[in-house]
Amino acid sequence: MPVFRRLEEADIRWVEIQIDGQTTQAREGDSVAAALLAAGLRSCRTSPISGAPRAPFCMMGVCYECLVEVDGIPNRQSCQITVQEGMQIRRQIGTAKGYR
Amino acid sequence: MERHELIVIGGGPSGLAAATTAANAGIECLLIDEQANPGGQIYRAVGTIPEQRASLLGPDYNYGRKLVDQFNQSSASYLPGTTLWNLNSQREIGILRDGQASLISADRIIIATGAMERPVPFPGWTLPGVMSAGAGQILLKSSGLVPAQGVVLAGVGPLLLLLAWQYLHAGVKIHAILDMSPSGNIWRALPHLPGALLAHHYILKGLRYQMQLKMAGVKFFSGVTEFHAVGGDLLEAVEFTHRGGRKRIDTHLLLSHFGVIPDSHLSRCAGCDHTWDANQLCWRPVADKWGNSSVDGIAIVGDGSGIGGAVAARHAGRIAGFEAARALGRMDEKQRDDAAREDQGWMRDDLRVRPFLEARFHPPAELLSAPPDETVVCRCEEINAGAIRTAIHAGHKDANQVKFLTRCGMGPCQGRQCDNAVSQIVARELGDKKMISGGYRIRPPIRPLTIEQLAALDEGADPK
Ligand SMILES: Cc1cc2nc3c(=O)[nH]c(=O)nc-3n(C[C@H](O)[C@@H](O)[C@H](O)COP(=O)(O)OP(=O)(O)OC[C@H]3O[C@@H](n4cnc5c(N)ncnc54)[C@H](O)[C@@H]3O)c2cc1C
Ligand code: FES
Repeated sequence: MPVFRRLEEADIRWVEIQIDGQTTQAREGDSVAAALLAAGLRSCRTSPISGAPRAPFCMMGVCYECLVEVDGIPNRQSCQITVQEGMQIRRQIGTAKGYR
Repeated sequence: MERHELIVIGGGPSGLAAATTAANAGIECLLIDEQANPGGQIYRAVGTIPEQRASLLGPDYNYGRKLVDQFNQSSASYLPGTTLWNLNSQREIGILRDGQASLISADRIIIATGAMERPVPFPGWTLPGVMSAGAGQILLKSSGLVPAQGVVLAGVGPLLLLLAWQYLHAGVKIHAILDMSPSGNIWRALPHLPGALLAHHYILKGLRYQMQLKMAGVKFFSGVTEFHAVGGDLLEAVEFTHRGGRKRIDTHLLLSHFGVIPDSHLSRCAGCDHTWDANQLCWRPVADKWGNSSVDGIAIVGDGSGIGGAVAARHAGRIAGFEAARALGRMDEKQRDDAAREDQGWMRDDLRVRPFLEARFHPPAELLSAPPDETVVCRCEEINAGAIRTAIHAGHKDANQVKFLTRCGMGPCQGRQCDNAVSQIVARELGDKKMISGGYRIRPPIRPLTIEQLAALDEGADPK
């Protein structure tokens, strides 16, 4: 069960994105991190040190816990990027070891 | 290199007010902000969100529209979605926009980068399911996302109560609010009450929120200590000591908060002098009454120069805008003094509540400087408190030495999450009350850049 839900609001505009290859909807204006949480994902990457799962923590660009691959580019700060139609998002599970 | 007369960094109340005021005085001004829309932390996404959500957030939030409208009507230009990764004392700025790094400069700079939540390491804080209260509020403001299966709110500070109240109106189940402020805080705050009553609306608002939450049946636990987030790969529960007994509350979401502190990486990178503020428990830049820092041509205003709240931030922004007009030759000293007088008065009145709030929401000392050995302090490099203490007792007597030995603070966040904690652990272990050893030395880039971004930057700088 997702940890977050959307408020019921009128006039929602949706965009289609892909998370780990699966098509899903995000709300126009969502950050990528918000879209991941809204899609019910609990973590967005694993720690390159211990392999433990991690998830967005601050949502304001200071903790760097929210790193994911966006359109082929790894280590993007997902809380700082707005979703776009057709965006390809991949969680960084067991990858990005070089980023230290 | 692109050059501007004035660059304002940060689009919260202080930056918007500074840019609007300076532009209205005839200054060519650029405002740079990391977010996609103007508003800063308090007014995040204001003007872009549905009416229904705006009304949940309360009248204070909606005031932001006025500020944004005034900014939009001014001649100031605006660069959203842009992060700074460098600022030096020559007022050269490194920016990152759409993944491209470039350099710009200005005759004068106003830093208005605001605050961040105070990172406080506690056992389990790296588990998915643990977020900061600010993060929860950002999800509400920008995306209309709220906890689906209930939430525990824990820590110290007015933002916890505000968020709880906003959640209550959004129909969110609040399992409990855990207050970790030491019980002695009330007594330490009392002497500041008479001064605070001059800005009593803040106190009344807090009491009203608390009363409404209690009437709605939300459970409050005060004097909470030995707080742990527990779980395997994901958060399962919180455990804590309350009135001498150990308690456990099952939850999939914990939002923690321990007050806000200036985000001083940029001002430290620029070489501005900073002092340790023992009341706010953070480094703050030294600035005069016009916001001028110790570096010529760089001013710092708003919560980035010490926590004063959104109203004071707005007035400080206007005051710095008038000072920019003086420094750039649009006003003489007398014109500036006359223009700024009202804002100075309002700011002084508004700040009267601060000593009370600082004493009431002073986080417990053990929480900041004495996390249990197994607690991860540096989230990026996974260095725990025990390793930091071992380094200190092996003779590494300041935060920088600990950093070089342990790699603490060398990950992608570049020490933003552990700087404050490591400095305080060092000070406690060495019995140094004045934090003489300082925090990490901050060097550019203050946001990680890739080799490609740096290489592209060199090409851009090459005149051929
Ligand atoms: C998460 C959070 C939530 C808060 N919510 C509330 C609230 O609901 N009510 C309230 O009264 N107070 C709130 N506060 C307190 C807040 O600090 C306000 O007092 C007020 O927003 C301060 O205004 P400011 O102009 O100083 O800075 P801010 O409003 O914080 O604005 C600073 C701006 O600078 C930008 N910025 C920072 N660093 C960089 C960089 N390197 N490059 C480019 N841009 C940058 C940020 O994105 C931000 O837009 C909150 C604080 C935080 C941290
Ligand atoms: S969640 Fe902290 S940087 Fe994105």
